[in-house]
Amino acid sequence: MQQNNPNTAKIIKAYAEEKVVTEPGTTTKTHAIDMSNIVKSDVDAKLADEKVCIEITDFNLFYSGKQALKDINMTIPDKRVTAFIGPSGCGKSTLLRCFNRMNDLVDGVTIEGNIKLEGNDIFDKNVNVADLRRRVGMVFQKPNPFPKSIYENVAYGLRIQGIRDRRTIDTVVERSLKGAALWDEVKDRLDDLAMGLSGGQQQRLVIARAIAIEPEVILLDEPASALDPISTLKIEELIYELKDKFTIVIVTHNMQQAARVSDYTAYMYMGEMVEFNDTSTLFTNPNKKMTEDYITGRYG
Amino acid sequence: MKLKIKNWFDTGAPFVWLNAGAVSISIIMVVGLILLIAVRGLGHFWPADVAVFDYYAEPGDAPVRLMGEMVDEEVVSRSRAGNPGYEGETIQRNLIKTGNRDISGLDFRWILDAGIKNKAYPDNSMVVERREWGNLYAFLTSIELDGQQYNNESGNLWDRFQETITKNNGIYADIKHIEKDLIGAINYKMERLRLKERGLELKSQKTPEKVAALVQQREVLQLEYDSYTAELERLYGILNGSSFTAKTAEGKEIKIALAKIVRAYQPNAMDIFDKSIFYLEKFWEFLSDDPREANTEGGIFPAIFGTVLMVMIMAVMVTPFGVIAAVYLREYATQGPTTRLIRIAVNNLAGVPSVVYGVFGLGFFVYFLGGSIDQLLFPEALPAPTFGTPGLLWASLTLAILTVPVVIVATEEGLSRVPRAVREGSLALGATKAETMWRTVLPMTASAMITGLILAVARAAGEVAPLMLVGVVKLAPSLGLDGNAPFLHLDRKFMHLGFHIYDVGFQSPNVEAARPLVYATALLLVMLIIVLNLTAIRIRNSLREKYRAAEQS
Repeated sequence: MQQNNPNTAKIIKAYAEEKVVTEPGTTTKTHAIDMSNIVKSDVDAKLADEKVCIEITDFNLFYSGKQALKDINMTIPDKRVTAFIGPSGCGKSTLLRCFNRMNDLVDGVTIEGNIKLEGNDIFDKNVNVADLRRRVGMVFQKPNPFPKSIYENVAYGLRIQGIRDRRTIDTVVERSLKGAALWDEVKDRLDDLAMGLSGGQQQRLVIARAIAIEPEVILLDEPASALDPISTLKIEELIYELKDKFTIVIVTHNMQQAARVSDYTAYMYMGEMVEFNDTSTLFTNPNKKMTEDYITGRYG
Repeated sequence: MKLKIKNWFDTGAPFVWLNAGAVSISIIMVVGLILLIAVRGLGHFWPADVAVFDYYAEPGDAPVRLMGEMVDEEVVSRSRAGNPGYEGETIQRNLIKTGNRDISGLDFRWILDAGIKNKAYPDNSMVVERREWGNLYAFLTSIELDGQQYNNESGNLWDRFQETITKNNGIYADIKHIEKDLIGAINYKMERLRLKERGLELKSQKTPEKVAALVQQREVLQLEYDSYTAELERLYGILNGSSFTAKTAEGKEIKIALAKIVRAYQPNAMDIFDKSIFYLEKFWEFLSDDPREANTEGGIFPAIFGTVLMVMIMAVMVTPFGVIAAVYLREYATQGPTTRLIRIAVNNLAGVPSVVYGVFGLGFFVYFLGGSIDQLLFPEALPAPTFGTPGLLWASLTLAILTVPVVIVATEEGLSRVPRAVREGSLALGATKAETMWRTVLPMTASAMITGLILAVARAAGEVAPLMLVGVVKLAPSLGLDGNAPFLHLDRKFMHLGFHIYDVGFQSPNVEAARPLVYATALLLVMLIIVLNLTAIRIRNSLREKYRAAEQS
């Protein structure tokens, strides 16, 4: 791992901040996150200037008639990290799972409105869902490696695409594992079962698996919620590095995490998009009272 | 006091005792059953000592000199023993195997223990196993080889006797090989030629050229056959040239051709080491030989072979069928009243008495399917049926239907255990549903499929009733798998261990002789099922180990 990454120091500092926040008697503090410590160099870019990757228009989603997402309108910028925050059940995971049409697998889901990936409607009936999912990769809350070797886990997506050339696969496996900062830890045991890795390693393996097929977008559904702080730190560093190459959308419960890793943050509540703005603005100067209540911990 | 009992109940101890008791009883029953059949069955192969004694059926009667093995003893009431002249309220009687069925007509008899006098175990008492008429118990007096008589003057008569038997057995094996394998193959080919000719006739393509070709082939076979018969004649000549003379306990001299002997031994002269070797030989014969004498002697190899072959064919058919059905039911079909109805039907199918399947198999497979196949594909053999008669294929198919519910239920359970997360992981990488099934879900279900297969195999191997209707016979002349093309003969009838037990135990002309074989066969059937199960369990456990971690996530 890149122990001398300048960002590491910031993140570790952010952990220290977190402790302060959770101590009693800090409610007088207006904002949960002291953004001055974790301001990113490129955060001054504004949403309107960004190249659009995903565009969501008047989007509604119903689970067997019960509305889970209400009139969502937003654009997700290209090659940036966008975070969805909000209380449990607010629909942030549901929205995330729309981007690669994972909700197709759930019975009784109906949708209205549209989502465009680089200008093309992903719900168009001519869209091949498998192709869509190749372009929009996903990492789940709990690490879900296949009961195969580490090597085969990463090679899975390639094999699905019919790639058989051993050398190509070797190259991609190595590059992906390096990209997921896992290569040094597993290079001597690529043929071991993936189940033998620790939770954090498994989650990075799953990320390696996702980036092996070179998607355009990576969806992260609470990727660190089942991990210990050290593993969480590594995943966050990884996200920071991956955003040069991929558009990343992350759902998280952890506001510090959202503040640390994302360029843009959306706050959702009860299926509605309450506020969407660049991260530093949203955390330091939210437009809505509801957002402020949530990020200062007054909500619930 | 009442409170105390209530307290005792509340501790939970009674339930622990109850459960432990139930488990113990189950274990005792299983172990006891296996031990019982093992002791009863395995003892049969041990060379028992042969006693010679005078027997007084009534006190004061003229004695009869008897010779034989003690097999069993029991104490019965006086009246059941036929009110003999001996003292006592109850009377002990012994079952002895006296053999010599050709002389005395009986080879087992019950005698009263009190009437036995002058019992001795002479070293030279001899047991001769014959190919017909069961065992002979006698004393060897002389042997005759190629017209020359040998007595025991030089003391090496027994060795010479054994030597000749070994040599004869070699010749006998050659004869059997020629008769069964070589001539059998010729007959098989001849029959094929006949069917070919008949086929041509039916299609009215019987041109003189074709007939000439057939005739020529037949002549070649006939020549081959003639050469074998000449060889057979020569071998039979050697075999029939030797005989031996023996004296029974009563003093009767009998002369028997050596060709009719399997082996001869003197149990009283054997030490424990000799007996152990003899035991192993006998046991091996039991495993590897064909049955003799209406299945009461010899081995049960065809039955073992038939059982294993039938179960294997069944497994090959039931696994894909069951797995496909389960995959469709669980993964593709819309869950609703229809699938629920199908599940109920499948579960009920498992509860249908097996003989019903037999009747179904006979009616549907044998008569309907088999009959149609015969008319379409084998018209030249008619009116003799090819597949329109009970056989290996139909038996395997019938058992496959019988066991398919087990495979379906087990596979469905396995599919439901594959976590959603793993499926989603695969789909998220751009795999289609079919690719996900094939690459991830089905491999993870393998252990469950094998569990289903274990249960199916265990059930199929032990099933007898339906087989009696769809293919099992008492004695099959040839195995289902042999050297004649097409090698696997699915139309043939076969022998089966379960049916063999029934046949030997209840249809045998010689109940006493057959009884130990029933136990031995039963033991073997149980062992076979245990071995099949253990193999499958090992495979399953190794698979399960591999996928356990994934299933827990």
